[in-house]
Amino acid sequence: MGGGAWLLRRVLASIAIVVAVVTFIFILIHVAPGRPCTENLDPRVCEQLTRQFGLDKPIVVQYWRYLVQVVHGNLGVSYSLHRPVADALLETIPFTLQLAGAALMLDFLLGLALGIYQAGRVNRIPDVVLSNSTLFVYSLPTFWLALILLLVFGEKLRWFPVGGASDPIFCPVIDSFFCVVDRVWHLVLPSATLGLVGAAGTARFQRAAMLDVATQDYVRTARAKGVPERQIVMRHQLHNALLSFITRFGLAFPFLLTGAVLIETIFAWPGMGRLAFEAILTRDYPLVTATALIASTVVVAGNLLADILIGLADPRLRVHATTDADIVTA
Amino acid sequence: MTLGNWLALVVALILAAEAVRALRHRALRRERWRRFFRHRTASWGLGILTFLVIVALAAPLVAPFDPNRQLDIVHLTNQPPSWTFLLGTDLLSRDVWSRAVYGGRISLGIGALGALVAVSLGTLVGALAGYYRRWIDAVLMRGVDVGLALPRIFILLMAVALWDGLPFTALVLAIGLTSWFGTSRLVRAEVLALRQRDFVVAARALGVGTSRVIFRHVLPNAAAPIIVSAALGVGNVLLLEASLSFLGIGIAPPEASWGNMIADGAPSIYTAPWSTLFPGLAIALVVMSLNAVADGVRDALDPREDGGVE
Amino acid sequence: MTAPVLLRIRDLRTYFVTEHGKGTARAVDGVSFDLYAGETLGIVGESGCGKTVTSLSILRLVPEPPGHVLPGSLIEFEGRNLLTLPAPELRGVRGNQIAMIFQEPMTSLNPVFTVGNQIAEAAIIHQHLSRRAARARAIDMLRLVGIPDPEERVDHYPHQLSGGMRQRVMIAMALICHPKVLIADEPTTALDVTIQAQILELLDRLQHELGMAVLLITHDLGVVAGHADRLVVMYAGRVVETATTPSLFARPTHPYTEGLLAAVPRIDAPRARLHAIPGQVPAATAWPTGCRFHPRCPYAWEKCVAQEPPLLDVADEPGHTARCWLVTEPERRVAKR
Repeated sequence: MGGGAWLLRRVLASIAIVVAVVTFIFILIHVAPGRPCTENLDPRVCEQLTRQFGLDKPIVVQYWRYLVQVVHGNLGVSYSLHRPVADALLETIPFTLQLAGAALMLDFLLGLALGIYQAGRVNRIPDVVLSNSTLFVYSLPTFWLALILLLVFGEKLRWFPVGGASDPIFCPVIDSFFCVVDRVWHLVLPSATLGLVGAAGTARFQRAAMLDVATQDYVRTARAKGVPERQIVMRHQLHNALLSFITRFGLAFPFLLTGAVLIETIFAWPGMGRLAFEAILTRDYPLVTATALIASTVVVAGNLLADILIGLADPRLRVHATTDADIVTA
Repeated sequence: MTLGNWLALVVALILAAEAVRALRHRALRRERWRRFFRHRTASWGLGILTFLVIVALAAPLVAPFDPNRQLDIVHLTNQPPSWTFLLGTDLLSRDVWSRAVYGGRISLGIGALGALVAVSLGTLVGALAGYYRRWIDAVLMRGVDVGLALPRIFILLMAVALWDGLPFTALVLAIGLTSWFGTSRLVRAEVLALRQRDFVVAARALGVGTSRVIFRHVLPNAAAPIIVSAALGVGNVLLLEASLSFLGIGIAPPEASWGNMIADGAPSIYTAPWSTLFPGLAIALVVMSLNAVADGVRDALDPREDGGVE
Repeated sequence: MTAPVLLRIRDLRTYFVTEHGKGTARAVDGVSFDLYAGETLGIVGESGCGKTVTSLSILRLVPEPPGHVLPGSLIEFEGRNLLTLPAPELRGVRGNQIAMIFQEPMTSLNPVFTVGNQIAEAAIIHQHLSRRAARARAIDMLRLVGIPDPEERVDHYPHQLSGGMRQRVMIAMALICHPKVLIADEPTTALDVTIQAQILELLDRLQHELGMAVLLITHDLGVVAGHADRLVVMYAGRVVETATTPSLFARPTHPYTEGLLAAVPRIDAPRARLHAIPGQVPAATAWPTGCRFHPRCPYAWEKCVAQEPPLLDVADEPGHTARCWLVTEPERRVAKR
């Protein structure tokens, strides 16, 4: 059926895109000035390490070797951390997922609710107040909001911790319910920062989508049939407005991963973003390329997911086995 | 703040209000622009933007102190806002207001120029892809797909962190060159739709050259997404620059930028919040105004016919 | 007329607020007519005369912020004033006792739900049928409106159907609860001519089979000529002439009706220059004083400018009324321009 071939093509295209991105990053970091060796190291040690890691070979050779390596599942060894890249990443990925996941939940739940609520009371006081508020929050720099939240809730009110992912003394690992709560407690401020700004954007977007649908003819038809208002909103309008929401959803996840760098830095959250930033500063090639690989994979996977979901949700996009007989008789 | 500064501020305010009023008058003649000015938020956004731009341009008139001058490192660090120091002083005893004004020049400048680069490039690529279609479209759009998948922060982090001390131009270019992909998609969609329209077909039938068709016939009608992209683009570039400067790899101190002002003030945020608060509010204000204007433009140029009432 | 009156519309006024400074658009400005059981009443007029707003006002479908129906208006259906009915009762009327179909079948159908789903919805809401029963009913309706293979079609989406078929689906959707009145707002305007004929014949057939009254709104005289029993001609938000269809075509009294009929090109007459009514429909924010048609009327005299005529009975023709001073002063019917 049309669906299977389309999916295959998209997956192949996605893989191609990831390869292209990794290539680009690879070139970029190798072309940039500076070497992984820091000035402190003995130049002879530096030379030895350079030869050991094959950094003196031409860039094309290095690239090829890297590709082969990745295909075999080996992401290399980190220069700065002296451990396999995969290990370093695996340690940080759960933290990033927790942060992004919590932020996304807040983003979509709050944003959707606000958007729908606003659309039901267009241009009345609650809508006007909310519209301006969401506009304001959406325009805030996330890192600035982080600092403000830290100031108010972390320092002045002391409701939440000011950094880290967990209490270093009692909960270096999550081994009890208390530690789960501890993790959540540490998660609140950073995910709230990302989630609030995201929710503001989602609310604005969803409000517009709902209003756009509200003026459509088929809503008038439903009303003329005697469908109760609530059902019109929840069934007819929402379903259509969700179509655009799904696309946003697919694009939001990767954005969170890369946008989290600043938040992770401010809150000392041990996630992938912070790791990548430090890797860039220390010219840790394998680590940088590996994080780029993951980031771009998440982006294309998100896009793919969004396309699949939309294809399922919007009947106009489904490939039907239509025959000529469908169109002949009026 | 001297009397002269206050005077200059008031003049700027009046100028901005007058400019918006004048625009509104001229706009009343054309239906679409009238729709723009009906949005109160959009008009206010435009007014605030104009005001801020005028203030930034007139920085020497409005700022009482040299933005990088440490006034009195012993007595005047982290002073709260007062009549002399409108927004207080920072940890190096520099006047926050002056730094904010001059920093505005930098931040707004980067925002505008970066957006210019991004929108121009995006429009060009999108127009070519949408107009010529077939293999040009396929190649260009694959490139855009890759571009959209690039983790932009990464690229920028790499670009600025690795080449220590990027000059202003390079920063603008780096941001601009990584921000055009979305615009190209929008413009392409618009151009694809427009090229079927009768007036384009007519132009081609008359033998009008391709580039003329694109630039004089198609693109002016695709103005809506381009302008909206531009308005939103300035905001995005501004936020990007602020983020980079905050991380220490954008505009380097002592040169002021709203981003690095926030970074400077962060350590003393608990005792002297004003040096972090005001630059952040400034960014929020600018981005808010840009978003409001973008909303207004989107509504004004939306080819939505008013429901046929009989 | 021996049939009972189903719908009584008296002095309906629907006004719209326009963007600053342009005043109120008095789209429907005092419209009155009756709809009898079992008849097809045609409402004709050009764009801008208020016929669509009239039809929307009956079921209170006029968007409330810009539009509103003035308090003095009356729309009486089975003894109840629809305009003052509380919302739940109004919903019970919509789709159930009075149904409506619209001009654009593509945009009037929800793209994400199947055709069967949308047809069955009214039955589920008003008659509390189970999903299965409603679906069976929907299939019956599809068959009734002449769609082949209804068991298959019922699960199709609107975009899979042609324009004519979509309009049939709209009709099925409207009639599933056997309403007493069907309001058809320009049902064929968006369709090809051959399909138009089919749809109109379908409406005729269904009207007789289901015994309902039809309010047919159109600008096309050809459509009403063959399918309407009585006609109401509207201009500038008012009714300007009412008559049975044969009477109207044989003896158009109001100069506007005369003009409309004269503008139709004739196959049977020798080729002559097409007649056009001079001037344009005025803006609803500024209707002319006196008789609203006077700026465009070939016979107008001072009385027409000064005083708006009421609906006057045309002599020797019961049921034929016209809003024109020529009814009382027929000798003035001399073309001045």
